[in-house]
Amino acid sequence: MGGWFQDNGPLLGLALLDGIASAALIFMVAVGLNLVFGVLRVLNVAHGSLFAIGAYAAASVGVFAASAGLPAWASLPALLLAAILVGLVLGPLVERLLLRRIYDEEPVLQLLVTFALFMILEDAQKLIWGVQPVSFSTPVSLLGTVDVPFGADVIPYNTYQVILLPLVAVATLAGLALFLRRTLTGRVIVAVTTDREAATAMGIDARRVFLLTFTFGAMLAALGGALSAPTTSLVPGIGASTIVLSFAVVATAGLGQIEGAALTALMIGIGRSVAVTFAPELEVVVPYMIMVLVLLVRPQGLFGVVETRRI
Amino acid sequence: MTHALSPSRRQMLAAGFGSVVLPGTLSAQAPAQRPTELRIGVTTFLSGPASVFGVPGRQAAEMLAEEINREGGIGGVPIRLFFVDEAPGIDHLVGEFRRLVQNERVDVMFASISSGSCLACTPLAEELRKVTLLWDCGTQRIFEERRYQYAFRTQANATPEILAPLLYLMKTRPDFRTIAVLNQDYAWGRDSWEIWKTAMDVLKPGTRVVAELFPRFGATDFSAEVTRLLALRPDVILSTSWGGELDTFIRQANERRLFERSTFVLPLAESSLERVGRTLPAGHIVGSRGDHWHQHPRPANPQALQRFVEGFRRRTNAYPIYPAYHMAQAFSALRAAYARALQGGAAWPSDAQLAAAFNGLEFDSPTARMRIREDGQGLEPQLIGTTAHTDRFPFPVLDNMVIFPPELVTTPVGQNSVAWLRTLTPEILARVPDAIRAG
Repeated sequence: MGGWFQDNGPLLGLALLDGIASAALIFMVAVGLNLVFGVLRVLNVAHGSLFAIGAYAAASVGVFAASAGLPAWASLPALLLAAILVGLVLGPLVERLLLRRIYDEEPVLQLLVTFALFMILEDAQKLIWGVQPVSFSTPVSLLGTVDVPFGADVIPYNTYQVILLPLVAVATLAGLALFLRRTLTGRVIVAVTTDREAATAMGIDARRVFLLTFTFGAMLAALGGALSAPTTSLVPGIGASTIVLSFAVVATAGLGQIEGAALTALMIGIGRSVAVTFAPELEVVVPYMIMVLVLLVRPQGLFGVVETRRI
Repeated sequence: MTHALSPSRRQMLAAGFGSVVLPGTLSAQAPAQRPTELRIGVTTFLSGPASVFGVPGRQAAEMLAEEINREGGIGGVPIRLFFVDEAPGIDHLVGEFRRLVQNERVDVMFASISSGSCLACTPLAEELRKVTLLWDCGTQRIFEERRYQYAFRTQANATPEILAPLLYLMKTRPDFRTIAVLNQDYAWGRDSWEIWKTAMDVLKPGTRVVAELFPRFGATDFSAEVTRLLALRPDVILSTSWGGELDTFIRQANERRLFERSTFVLPLAESSLERVGRTLPAGHIVGSRGDHWHQHPRPANPQALQRFVEGFRRRTNAYPIYPAYHMAQAFSALRAAYARALQGGAAWPSDAQLAAAFNGLEFDSPTARMRIREDGQGLEPQLIGTTAHTDRFPFPVLDNMVIFPPELVTTPVGQNSVAWLRTLTPEILARVPDAIRAG
């Protein structure tokens, strides 16, 4: 075993770097889904569409900023601006017009409604941005690469992916934890998450909390998309692949668990990159193997709590 | 009213009953009347990741149909297109194929982009006795595993599309010793690697495969794969990926200087050149699933190629990519087949007569003269080149182009591709034509 580590330690180190970068993006998307489910108790399939629209919007805003002659560094705040715009426009619209009508319906119906919304938003993306791949890599080019030693060699990494994305993810995690535990609004959200009926009986306007939480969740999904836009080519269907992985994270983490989402994203990100390095044929199944293993041991998820069923 | 022109009630009932009950064989052979419109069903990807090919295919089809109708149609009959989206899956596609043939009464089907779609549609075409042109799918299995009377492919298949870049690599960079592959994890990615590896093992034995990476279909990030390839430093990196995934791989490889360490072979990258722009550096090998290239050095008909390219650009604001050319080939073959069937003032052909016209049919593509073999497989040249940057275009162009004659790289009639590839010898390299410099 020691010999294996001696031989493969440097490779493992590279895989860890890739895993952390990948986990940062996975976390950004999954945490919004987890938050929305924790509070609204609606598994929002359209979360993937919000991710995709955030990504496309970021590319559009970034390209517009470049064509307007703004300096390259403006592409970074452009990502944030696009995410906020998408969240503020689509979040309240979807919550008020659609979700509000199905809070008391069966989970199957909720799934079908959000799935229908997902399909509608997918078509809307095609109408607006077409089907040809869209890319916007200015932020990645702007930050350049950082060389990581690898024996006598060096491996170049994108600064954007290995430094900026993990920093944003950590800031989001810390900010969310502080917001939920140290602010009045955050505590109200936690109260509704823990016991909606009791919170409502105490005078909390649950509808307002739902609207706020969903808008915030939509913003996080769009931010995940906006942050991923510079690293990839945007094509029809990116929302679908994102939502599947996010579901795996939410189920593994435990519903409504922010720190759980971070730890699970890290496990899945690192698991995948280690698989690519040492057993590429396992890469596709690793996230789901982790999910199955965790749920076998803890059916409520890593950080989930067992709830008493009320009759 | 004339008795001859107006069928009696009994005849009408018999015709209706016959169309439902009679076996396809009889209705396919029944003499046909000249229709008021020629209905063509087209299956293509209109949604999902493969719509990067499907939509340009549809745009080309619409452009060509308008042109044909302006010129008076095919055999004097205007054409009308019916599109079906392949994206919802095989079951949906098969149902739609049947609906188009039986309910919409299409005269011809054009199917499909996905190999899986073609594998499902071709037996159905045979069952329904409906002429079906396989206009874009790549699987070589179709005509190697079974004979069909009603299905024809108006382009090449995966074997020549993969063998040609391998021969080009061996001709231009003969000293490579190690290779890594990064393909999408689905049928095309796996099959194309099998074709490459089978041929490479006999033509250049001893080449070491240092990594076989098959990220999931639809992957949006290849950072871990790029890291692995940077660490391994293979002489050659092969990727038959396409669409957004190929674009992302090229961008990430460029950002992390992977192109400086390895020679890339990208058999489908012609379709990405305009999008990735100068992100794809000079000196890497690119193919186009045929001899499609808007700057083709020796097109059979330069005016026809220019007309097609400019028409497509006016319509879409982009250069045509290979599915657009493949669509043009399907229309050209259809026109040639009808012209052949109607030769000498013959009556409008039945399905069986139209199908018979495709055997050995010769027709023009925008770049070459093509032929359909007796097994239904089209013979299409393969153009492979090396990327170069010029001031004329904001994206890489192809230089040192080799146009492989189809007979050199296509599996002979009646043989299995993998078995045929095993019989190849290095002498085949001597028959590879000389490279042509970009003009």
